Amino acid sequence: MAVAAASNSQARRRPLPASLKVGAALLFSIVVLAALGPSLSPYDLDAMQLDVRLVAPNAQHWLGTDEFGRDVLSRVLNGAQSSLLMGFGATAVSLLFGVPLGLVAGYYRGWADETIMRAVDVMISLPPIILGLLILSVTSPSLWKTVLAVGFVYIPIITRLTRSITLEVTGEEYIQAARARVESGWYILFSEILPNAWAPIIVEAALRVTFAMLLAAALSFLGLGVQPPASDWGLMIAEARPFINQAPWIVCSAGAALCITVIAINLFGDGLREALDPRLSRRR
Amino acid sequence: MTGYVIKRMLSIVLTMAVMSILIFWITQVMPGNVAYMILGDFASPEDVATLEKKLGLNDPTYVQYWRWASGMLQGDLGRSLVMDRPIAPVLWDAVSKSAILAGISIGLVALFGIVVGVYAGVRHGSRADHVVSVATYVNIAIPEFLFAIVIIMLFAGYLNWFPATGYSDLSNGVGTWARHLILPVFTLATGLMAHVSRLTRSSMIDTMQTQYVRAARARGLPERLVIRRHALPNALLPTITVLAIDVGIMMGGIVVVETIFSYPGLGRLLMFAIQNMDVPLLQACMIVITFVYAAANLMADLLYALLNPRVRYGRSSSE
Repeated sequence: MAVAAASNSQARRRPLPASLKVGAALLFSIVVLAALGPSLSPYDLDAMQLDVRLVAPNAQHWLGTDEFGRDVLSRVLNGAQSSLLMGFGATAVSLLFGVPLGLVAGYYRGWADETIMRAVDVMISLPPIILGLLILSVTSPSLWKTVLAVGFVYIPIITRLTRSITLEVTGEEYIQAARARVESGWYILFSEILPNAWAPIIVEAALRVTFAMLLAAALSFLGLGVQPPASDWGLMIAEARPFINQAPWIVCSAGAALCITVIAINLFGDGLREALDPRLSRRR
Repeated sequence: MTGYVIKRMLSIVLTMAVMSILIFWITQVMPGNVAYMILGDFASPEDVATLEKKLGLNDPTYVQYWRWASGMLQGDLGRSLVMDRPIAPVLWDAVSKSAILAGISIGLVALFGIVVGVYAGVRHGSRADHVVSVATYVNIAIPEFLFAIVIIMLFAGYLNWFPATGYSDLSNGVGTWARHLILPVFTLATGLMAHVSRLTRSSMIDTMQTQYVRAARARGLPERLVIRRHALPNALLPTITVLAIDVGIMMGGIVVVETIFSYPGLGRLLMFAIQNMDVPLLQACMIVITFVYAAANLMADLLYALLNPRVRYGRSSSE
């Protein structure tokens, strides 16, 4: 689909990709719902009403209730914060560490490059979910530890990408000019290279958010992420699992919320890729 | 090529060595006292001290690591704390069950992923292609644990066609065995099929636009022959390496899938070790998973180099 991207000369006048618009609109509504979630919720998050346990969706409880009689709609609305926080928070962690490491490795080369890339090799020698489990099995689980662990898992991908872009950019004339002016390495990395390298990094980060969100949800589902009684979509699905046949609406509501959010961010990321970097979009 | 193979092999050995240190170190800082776990919470301090001495728990960490690592290399995986028996037989049994699950899944992924990808790629831009694209797009947004629960709900709950969870030994009959495998295999395979078919599709689209495909068409070859003899062998190069990578990705997938389906494989054993703080078992599971993952990635790299003569070692760093 992205092959149709126009040539570079027309890039500026190209209309925004439809996926970007749809994704942005969806994502915006999700963020608004997440922000307003607590005030929009018809019921208190943890209010247990034992007389209305596992009630199917009705006029009072639009998405039904769970095994403790808690309102599913309220919990799904509040779960948005947790999922968004984990997706974006973890990606921020990966960027915070991955980008500087990649810049240093790509610009200075030599032993710094060698050390960083070998460390990266070790980190990617475990599947992401296993690495996450390994890190989280050591401590008592909590939300911010999950964010850190998931962010940590995706540092290598950001580092590799930043490094390869830095390698390209370093050969440009304006970098040589900056070197000739004897600018500090710090200045060259963050004021000369980074501004010219950020587009593909942001595109990758946008797509990374969904991986982070799904990984965090899977870890919460396995019991090593967010802990009860917090409202988190992965956790809700895990908690509702014994009742899937009596009360399928809990799994369906939380699952649909998770999928729609992931699709929204993916659309946004793909649109961003097309809009910012037509060269990258061809690789798909 | 030989140099490349040797270099990659060495890097795997190095990675495994570093990874084993990391796994050992991380599991060392796990909460819980091993001696108390073996003797029970009400053991006397003297008994605990004696056992700690016997197990060498007071030795420096590097001594403990060396004892553990050299044991691993000789095939001695240690004793499980919770199950109180040697790990090796338990682990190999779990690995063989996971291998069945993953093996069947990867076979299906290869078969259907390639067929769907080629079909969509050849009909690039058609309605069928769009359907495949949208389906893979949605598929990627559905996490394995959710997919698994939904199909349990449908096929085990409402339709009651297959058992929801569990494993049946082959000795109980092939039919029962297969019925227990269908849902977990379906879950594992569907997630990766999107991956493979999407890649095959884009690779097929690229190949169909190359000079040699046009030349074959210009010679008047029927389209079927053009696809089968000229386009397919080249288009499938990246797919083959992706399948090797997928074997590694599956090591992550089996943890979730086996947990949900109560399938007695490596993934569930790992979760058991984590939940019960069974440190030696956790270490052994992690080492096996790391090894399979590393081997799968090595195979992907080697296949890529073998199948694509343009790739030579050293050039990858300047990409």
